[in-house]
Amino acid sequence: MATIHHGGQKYELQPGESVLDGLLRNGVAAAHACKSGSCGSCMMRVLEGELPSSSQPGLKDSWKAQGYFLPCVCVPNGDLTACEVGSDARVPARVTSVDYLSADVLRVGLRCEAPFEFQAGQYLTVISQKGLARSYSIASLPDESSIELHVRLIPNGRMSGWLSKGSPLGAQVQLQGPSGECFYVPGRSEQAMLLVGTGTGLAPLYGIVREALRSGHSGDIHLVHGALRPAGLYLRAELAALAAAYPKLSYTPVVLNGEGESGVVTGSIDAVVAEKFSSLAGWRGFVCGDPGIVRSLKKKLFLAGMPMRDIYSDAFLPSA
Amino acid sequence: MHIMTSTITPTLFEQLGGEAAVEAAVDKFYRKVLTDDRISHFFEDVDMDRQRGKQKAFLTMAFGGPHSYSGKDMRAGHARLVAMGLNDSHFDAVVELLGATLKEMGVADDLIGQVAAIAESTRPDVLGK
Repeated sequence: MATIHHGGQKYELQPGESVLDGLLRNGVAAAHACKSGSCGSCMMRVLEGELPSSSQPGLKDSWKAQGYFLPCVCVPNGDLTACEVGSDARVPARVTSVDYLSADVLRVGLRCEAPFEFQAGQYLTVISQKGLARSYSIASLPDESSIELHVRLIPNGRMSGWLSKGSPLGAQVQLQGPSGECFYVPGRSEQAMLLVGTGTGLAPLYGIVREALRSGHSGDIHLVHGALRPAGLYLRAELAALAAAYPKLSYTPVVLNGEGESGVVTGSIDAVVAEKFSSLAGWRGFVCGDPGIVRSLKKKLFLAGMPMRDIYSDAFLPSA
Repeated sequence: MHIMTSTITPTLFEQLGGEAAVEAAVDKFYRKVLTDDRISHFFEDVDMDRQRGKQKAFLTMAFGGPHSYSGKDMRAGHARLVAMGLNDSHFDAVVELLGATLKEMGVADDLIGQVAAIAESTRPDVLGK
């Protein structure tokens, strides 16, 4: 039976229980979101004890070396002493803008108060002053003056509720990260690219497309954005203008329901993509958004000939 | 003499092209597995990146390369599938697809036979016999 020492208290874990579940069961208000080892919201640091190797998925090597781990996927074999992550893993930032991109998507601008390095397309975790943590993909480019996030309004969502109805402007938050492997890697610039996103899965793709264009990517770039209804599509004018300015870029908006909208394809996005892009040998792909659609699209791209190692994906797990 | 020949003769893994050959084979092989109606249902709900890693480990082993598979791992790893009905016919299908993959890559028949024999040796553990 493993014992967790945290905040001056001792907690017994049940067999097979993760550190996070054990702390939550005992009423500890530990920050968390996805509970599956991907978002990084719950990250802690071990002070004493041995971590199972599976408890540090996706963390930077420098963080692993310092004993950072994800308690949501950590089922220890022995006792552990763990603490909240220190300020060295977080960067303070201020909310500088909030505006609506569509009826249910906010664009949130953040200005960092310390250097925060990332690649376009990676994601970060925003931690509010109340300790609420949520992960969002970054839509901006590293050298832009503020970090842009696309936040979907979730019914009873606490972070999106605060951002839309509270008074977040000027408020300080902490940023943790970045994380994620879904970004543009320079090189093989003649490779054709296909980027498909649903909902706010457009955010990382918006960054990746602009990064690729800026890097002088010479291959064709196809961006497909899907939404349930035409009102769910956003940044349409910006993307159409970008495609007009760069002949190698195409932009295809797709909706599941709703017809007669000019320039919009109607259908399920995986079927539309499979039909339009049937031969993808040698291509590079990026797929972001709804987990079920990401899974289906990855398989379709792979079966259409795209090499598995050239398929980058990021499945979004919603949290209220 | 015996020692000399065994150091000069390239291993099966080397003859096949080593790590690069595994990398070239894995996507071809995995595509066949995913689209074969006899076995694709065993691979419906798996994480593709992780599954590709497993396919790669399997191919490395079947190619006679360095691996850390034990019979016990094989049993534990496939127990869930055996419970779903995994049997000899499915195992045969995988061996067949492995052979077809190598054939497409232009690998000589005798080497394909050696790979198939290594794959065959895992049958009892994979099927939990």
